[in-house]
Amino acid sequence: MSLLRRCRKRVRAFFNKPALDAELEAELAVHLEFAIEENLERGLTPEEARRRALASLGGMEQAKEQHREARGLMTLDILIHDLKYTLRTLARDRGFTAVAILILALGIGANIAVFSVVNTLLLRPLPFPGSEQLVRILQKDPKGGESSMTYSTDAMQEFQAKNRSFQQVTGYFAFSGSDNVKLMGNGQPQPVTGLMVAGNFFPTLGIEPLLGRQFSAEDCVKNSRPVTMLSYPFWKRRFGSNPGIVGQTIDLDGTQFTVVGVLPNTFDFGSVFSPGKKVDLYAPAILGEMEDEGNTMALVGRLKPGVTLGQAQSEADSIFPKLLSNLKHPEYGGGYTANVTGLKDYVSGKLRRSLIVLWCAVGMILLIVCVNLSNLLLARAAARGKEFALRTALGAGRGRIVRQLLTESLVLSGAGAILGLGMAFGIVAWLAHQGSIALPLLGSLRIDGAALGWTLLIAVTTSILFGLAPGLRMGRGDLQAALKDGGRGASDGRGHERMRAVLVISEVGLACVLLVGAGLLLRSFLHVMDVDLGFEPSHSAAISVDCNDCRDPVKRGVIWQQVIQRVKQIPGVEDAGITDNLPMSVNRSWGISAKGHTYRKGELADTFVYVVSPGYLRSIGMRLLKGRDIRWEDNDKTQAVVVINETIARHLWPGEDPVGRIAEVGGAEAQVIGVVADVHETNAETEAGWQMYLSTTAPQYGPEGANLVVRTKLPPAALASGVTRVLREINPGQPANEFKPIQMLVDHASSPRRFFMMLVAGFAGLGLLLAALGIYGVISYSVTQRTQEIGIRMALGSSTGRVQRDVIAKTLRLALAGIVVGTVASLAVARLIATLLFATSPWDAGAFAGMAVALLAVALVSGYIPARRASRISPMVALRDN
Amino acid sequence: MGKLDLLQGTLDLMVLKTLAAMGAQHGYGIARRIEQVSGNEVLLNQGTIYASLVRLEQRGWIESNWGVSDNNRKAKFYAITEEGREQLAEDARYWERLTGVMDKVLAMSPDMGGEEGAA
Repeated sequence: MSLLRRCRKRVRAFFNKPALDAELEAELAVHLEFAIEENLERGLTPEEARRRALASLGGMEQAKEQHREARGLMTLDILIHDLKYTLRTLARDRGFTAVAILILALGIGANIAVFSVVNTLLLRPLPFPGSEQLVRILQKDPKGGESSMTYSTDAMQEFQAKNRSFQQVTGYFAFSGSDNVKLMGNGQPQPVTGLMVAGNFFPTLGIEPLLGRQFSAEDCVKNSRPVTMLSYPFWKRRFGSNPGIVGQTIDLDGTQFTVVGVLPNTFDFGSVFSPGKKVDLYAPAILGEMEDEGNTMALVGRLKPGVTLGQAQSEADSIFPKLLSNLKHPEYGGGYTANVTGLKDYVSGKLRRSLIVLWCAVGMILLIVCVNLSNLLLARAAARGKEFALRTALGAGRGRIVRQLLTESLVLSGAGAILGLGMAFGIVAWLAHQGSIALPLLGSLRIDGAALGWTLLIAVTTSILFGLAPGLRMGRGDLQAALKDGGRGASDGRGHERMRAVLVISEVGLACVLLVGAGLLLRSFLHVMDVDLGFEPSHSAAISVDCNDCRDPVKRGVIWQQVIQRVKQIPGVEDAGITDNLPMSVNRSWGISAKGHTYRKGELADTFVYVVSPGYLRSIGMRLLKGRDIRWEDNDKTQAVVVINETIARHLWPGEDPVGRIAEVGGAEAQVIGVVADVHETNAETEAGWQMYLSTTAPQYGPEGANLVVRTKLPPAALASGVTRVLREINPGQPANEFKPIQMLVDHASSPRRFFMMLVAGFAGLGLLLAALGIYGVISYSVTQRTQEIGIRMALGSSTGRVQRDVIAKTLRLALAGIVVGTVASLAVARLIATLLFATSPWDAGAFAGMAVALLAVALVSGYIPARRASRISPMVALRDN
Repeated sequence: MGKLDLLQGTLDLMVLKTLAAMGAQHGYGIARRIEQVSGNEVLLNQGTIYASLVRLEQRGWIESNWGVSDNNRKAKFYAITEEGREQLAEDARYWERLTGVMDKVLAMSPDMGGEEGAA
């Protein structure tokens, strides 16, 4: 109570300073008058009376200061005083202030941006209510792409009915590509991306529609009225955010779909389940119509409260092996396994290590920034030694001086943090719109409260880190030495220089580690780029082709023949072909086995399947190693044909010539007619699996959509309009799909690696720059300090070359010491990132050599500038100086 | 022998006691009184009295008003409050106990304790 009152009074006193000071002033004046009067009465002269009165008062100013301290918030008073003083000093030293704030802003900005990425991908829960209950159910050991990670609709429903661990089990159709639906309306049909989801998909995720309603049970039965829900961005873009759209119908591929709802802006399917994919609208999966389609559904579930992943896993282990893929055909069997993974882990688990490495790298940048700032402040502190000595002589305590220096560093890092926050805002906003980077959740990247908290934390930590060393050093300063004018070159200066050298060496060491890390990642990235993909993405482009009559194999053949013939007539087109799926995009898998063979369990593998036209293999640049390509005449009803890849050939017909052999493919007989080189199906880094190519004219096999692949030496953009025109002439319903270079698919697949590599390389560059600045600062300072000495040496006949050489040698000594320290540290760090490397040893000589060369070169440049200055010192001026 | 340095907190107690004994008084009056009573033994920078006064006032132990002195000068007069009197009694008791203890400790002679520190 009384404590509270006292606090209140103190605060009031703090803000009421002028009035209280005036009152005290008056009080003290009266006090003096009383004292003088008494002294006069005792018979002293007026001057003596006044002198004695003042003496017994013990100093007016001290009395006032004590009074202020007793009544108000002294600390705050001092802080404000320090702040004012700091702003004055910093304003006077604009160059230093600008450099310091810029360096800090770069370091802090990079840290905030990376923290935001880490926070979004790793720390923050997924953007669903109760997201920790959500799991993804995958098959164990999924080698066959999406097909081996999915389940049949029957299996999904069976599991829904039998399990006790889940509140709900749901799924989405895993095989729809981008731009797979035509939105008809006025004018040309628009390509849009549709996705089929189980009726309870959104309720399971906890997503409520922004407008309208969820899919109902009636929407999901056979022959029901087709309905759709729109994604928020699509609704905004295509329908101008018109709420009246709910209840209206839209024409998709010639069918009228009623819009029943619009999803909220917060829901982005692609960012969670399929990075880089933008889904425009959703339709309920009519499970009753999909039971014969095999494994189509990717499973997502919500655990019951209190059920652990382990419990769900053990239940899944007992149920899944017993599930049938098709209840009407128990003879198909099932052979399912299940791996229950937390959805969050599924989404970002693989990125954890990369993100942590990134976080460490950016932390290292911050350390370098601190060391650099420490160095700059030390140089300044040395120059200000006299100022502080004077203040100490006038009664400032050591604490007060340290406090002053800390205030300065706080002000600097505060300004740096604000500027850095601005930079981070820019970076984060830019990243959030990079659809081409296949990283999950990127769209929801933003600077949130956590990021702001982080900013505050690092700003304060940084300022203490870089402000304390100079502060303590200054506070310890030897008064007399500092006050003496000849402080230059004295022992204190040498101690300073040693400390600064240590700082520079550690800075160079840190930059070393970053450079080696970036070098290793760069080498890995180049190796990934160098991987023989099994096809040549550089001269091919593809467009998704619409075809209404393509369910019929005969019509299909006729149409594709016509398309290919016409497209080949376009100048610049070297070859053209049709495939249902492209590498590194959507995929599906079936099985293949040599006829008449029985196989042990696990001997066969899920096999990626592509239904292609003649010429496709050439158009995408695949290499036929044996046999022949597919022909239009490969449409025999009794025996189909298949082109297999080397991996299949090696496994099914080891040591034999597979061409001419009969295989069982997807329930039909097929003769092997050719062998092609392995294609990296998912990305350049994973090993190629089993792959086979079937004839598009074969009645046994149905393709999944169609892509026209064109081989050309021209830039694809130059051909786009010609190709689209030809397709329109043949099929007026062809939507305005994008003519995409195949290279885009490859780049998309390697985009996470590129992203991390670029960031680490950027940080390494920044580290190098800062190290250079640090070296320059120290050398330049030491040249300034030794102007006189150099002047004398030159007056005594030392040549300019000699002076230059000395300065540069000193620089190189510093850099070399840093490189030695850094190399040792890098050896340890390289092991930690070994798992992120591709075909690169963590002790890659190239990376280490590159680092050493880069650092020495930079050191040379930053040493040369002061060296030149040193060599131009005029002995006359140097000796006259001071 | 020089003058006595004031121990931490003793000035506040002196001021309170002075006000309790003399009634309302201005800063100079208090300072002089303390000097007189101490027989000029205390090293008192008169200025420090004002820090003590504002401290005591903020705690509610004294209160102040501008008034007119005997010789017709406007001055700020301080008076002890009821709360201040209670505090004074408490502090005085504490001080007496402390001095009692100090007396005993200082009265120790070598034969009484026999501790090694006494040698």
